[in-house]
Amino acid sequence: MFGWFKSREERSKEALRDRLELVLAYDRANVSPGKIDALRADLLEVVRKHFPAGESSIEVEQMGDKMVLSANIPLESGTRPGPRRG
Amino acid sequence: MDAKVIVVTSGKGGVGKTTTTANIGAALAKQGEKTAVIDVDVGLRNLDVVMGLESRVVFDLIDVLEGKCKLNQALIRDKRVENLYLMPASQTRDKDALDPEVFKQVIDRLLNEEGFDRILVDSPAGIESGFKTAAAPAQGALVVVNPEVSSVRDADRIIGLLEAHQVGEIRLVINRLRPAMVASGNMLSEADMVNILNVKPIGIIPEDDGIIVSTNVGEPAVLGQSRAGQAFMDTARRIRGEDVPFPVYGEEPAGGFWARLRKLLGGA
Repeated sequence: MFGWFKSREERSKEALRDRLELVLAYDRANVSPGKIDALRADLLEVVRKHFPAGESSIEVEQMGDKMVLSANIPLESGTRPGPRRG
Repeated sequence: MDAKVIVVTSGKGGVGKTTTTANIGAALAKQGEKTAVIDVDVGLRNLDVVMGLESRVVFDLIDVLEGKCKLNQALIRDKRVENLYLMPASQTRDKDALDPEVFKQVIDRLLNEEGFDRILVDSPAGIESGFKTAAAPAQGALVVVNPEVSSVRDADRIIGLLEAHQVGEIRLVINRLRPAMVASGNMLSEADMVNILNVKPIGIIPEDDGIIVSTNVGEPAVLGQSRAGQAFMDTARRIRGEDVPFPVYGEEPAGGFWARLRKLLGGA
């Protein structure tokens, strides 16, 4: 029973640490998390127009003291550039 | 309380204003009132993280005041509790962006256009402009006070200012009461504080580790089963006019069940 209490508290601390990391990153970058979500959605829409089959992901992450927007856009058949000919 | 717009304030920082706002707001919504909780602590917002809604912030109070978004775009609906909405403060602007008159107009629109039954305004600490803006539209006030000297002194000062601002219904929320210490005569009792401050109590919240855990995960304690959560639920019922008797924390004997259990587990 005591162990269960302990693990619950540890879980809540982990949750807090994760939340704080995100919140502080957004605070330092002077942006609202919701605005980044909207930006991500808009960017994905544009990307999908050009790469219709792509399973693209756009994430915001912290690198050092900077917030970085990174896009992962796999190029699938039809959109994959072939070898140059002639 | 008849007041539809209630400012949550304390003078002193760190006594539990934001936790009180989040929990009483969630409790009122759970009990069926369409409730908005508004963070007025511009530049140092925290109601969003205490409620666990930080990832959904897009627009804020200052955006509304400056007409950069529609009123309802800055209201975040809490998906866990029906009828509960948060309007966050701006984190990037300074307090000068907040004009009391314009803030009053926003509150009026929340009541008249959005149909809120109750609005809780989380005031910043201190007695300067932020507090004055938060108190400007309020018809009632919850003064959060801890049983210790600086908190009681600052609460007295704030009560004087609220009376000067013509805030009608002023009630005490006594937070972080430790029944065992009250019983052993080493902490002011709820009755002591009510006598000293001469303001009616509406909530007595015992010190509870559950509050730390619920804040860690961003879920108001009233959504769980903790002692403090229960006390906040009772406080909301009293605000709604129900006659809920106060539990007699202060008279719990020093060697009570919880004290013995705590001792058994090697706690303080």
